[in-house]
Amino acid sequence: MRIADRLNKLLLYLALILASLIVLFPILYAILVSLMDPSEVNTFPPKLIPASPRWSNYLEVARSVPVGRYLLNSLIVSSVVTLGQVITASLSAYAFAFMNFRGKAALFALFMSTMMVPWEITIIPNYLTIRSWKLLNSYPGLILPFLATAFGTFLLRQFFMQIPRELEEAARIDGCSRFLFFRTIALPLARPGLLTLGAYTFLSVWNQYLWPLLVTNNRLMRTVQIGTRFLMNEEGLQYHRIMAGVVLFMLPALVFLLWGQRYLVRGMMAGSVKG
Amino acid sequence: MERLEPYLCIAPSLTVLAIFVFYPILRSIYLSLFLTDPLGNPKVFIGLEHYASQLSGTFLQSLLVTIKFVLYTVPVGLVLGLILALLAYQPLKGTRFFQLVFSSPLAVSAATGATIFLMMLNPVSGIVNYVMGLLGIGKVHWLTDPRWALWAVGMVSIWLRLGFNFVLMLSGLQNVPEELYEAALVDGAGPWARTWHITLPMISPTIFFALVVGVIHAFQVFTEIDMMTAGGPSNATSVVVFQIYQEAFRKYEFGAASAQAILLFIVMVFFTYLQFRLGERRVHYQ
Repeated sequence: MRIADRLNKLLLYLALILASLIVLFPILYAILVSLMDPSEVNTFPPKLIPASPRWSNYLEVARSVPVGRYLLNSLIVSSVVTLGQVITASLSAYAFAFMNFRGKAALFALFMSTMMVPWEITIIPNYLTIRSWKLLNSYPGLILPFLATAFGTFLLRQFFMQIPRELEEAARIDGCSRFLFFRTIALPLARPGLLTLGAYTFLSVWNQYLWPLLVTNNRLMRTVQIGTRFLMNEEGLQYHRIMAGVVLFMLPALVFLLWGQRYLVRGMMAGSVKG
Repeated sequence: MERLEPYLCIAPSLTVLAIFVFYPILRSIYLSLFLTDPLGNPKVFIGLEHYASQLSGTFLQSLLVTIKFVLYTVPVGLVLGLILALLAYQPLKGTRFFQLVFSSPLAVSAATGATIFLMMLNPVSGIVNYVMGLLGIGKVHWLTDPRWALWAVGMVSIWLRLGFNFVLMLSGLQNVPEELYEAALVDGAGPWARTWHITLPMISPTIFFALVVGVIHAFQVFTEIDMMTAGGPSNATSVVVFQIYQEAFRKYEFGAASAQAILLFIVMVFFTYLQFRLGERRVHYQ
């Protein structure tokens, strides 16, 4: 290998490491502060590394804030919405990709047009709807509006379209019912799409802010994002505890990303550019 | 039965969309023409009066703040995302690790990011001011100085959005056919020439897509604003969505807030249209 190549490689690694440190800094710093002693947090100049990790910060924040309950609420809402969206989207995407029916083009256009509508326009009437159904401070109130999206339908349709229609026709001739084909052949073939939609939906619902802020005011129904907002009030300016809470609330999404990152990378462009 | 099947398949999606998207659009338009009571019931029909008063006052002011925010955050975010993607796409050992690191902000919610930056931007004990002090720059009251607050919130937004921009650009890079690079290599093109003449034109649709989506996203910023500045200091960060939230859920002026939401939508459609008009010509599709 030539010296120039090696130098190039070295520089590239240096750039990668430097960029990583910058990108990761806020997350790393939050973790470091979450392990600090209260006296260490307030020293000036600020310390980076805690003298000895103080794990009890996590217990303390869990004692003063219902951390477990927030996590559970977010987990329930995100999981149910994800499952619901995968089901509703795969069904409608299947219809749009494989079936012919009256009004198909118009219905598809109607679906797609909803992708252009920003949620600000829908949020006030939706809040009024959920309130009139007496669903404030309830799981259904947090879940129902997100059980279907045009985006999900569109994404999965792109994956279904890659399955040749002749395959379905052949299966039908062999006596395979439509539903059986959908479940045993189409869905498994569209697996990457389902995983992409699942990963994307789970993360975005987990990170929702304004909707749960509006429909929950009961301390026990808050999700982690709203919990994060109130950490500041409930913990004063005790940054070591606030960060312990923040890290606990961030952890599930980070773990989830660790698993789902490749699906996000692969699926992201599936809808917008040909592969 | 056979003929009903397609309709049964789309019925669940259609029902949810009808209740939570189609109906609300019409309802918003309707509400925007009325004075509403604090419960959100339309009371007095006033026609376009909300629109007229918004266009002469609060809305224009908050729109200006929002456009500034878009201009501060979107270009920087795109360039940074692209640089990270180019770095992490090199055929090196361990790039998977760096790819994961660069997409990590994707897992950080705006609420979490805002909380962490609130600590880092603390004017007295915060690490950002400390580092600025080391570099010989004076302390900045990031969130309480009207000249800096929007930049400070913008910085958080750029970081939060970095994971998304990176993932998008990376998937764009992965779609560039390998043969093009091989051909260029045969022609003796160096890494810069390859990036400039092959990579960038080939991923221009991705960049364009990221731009359009990024602008739409930035127009809708709310969480960071609500948590870090609550629209202040002296309305310096009072973006449109924050105004809508205030109007509807603090002052219970659902009619006026609906009018603002619809105006925002119109502005967003206009900007998206503008980008397509100006951008499409420069984008190279395969």
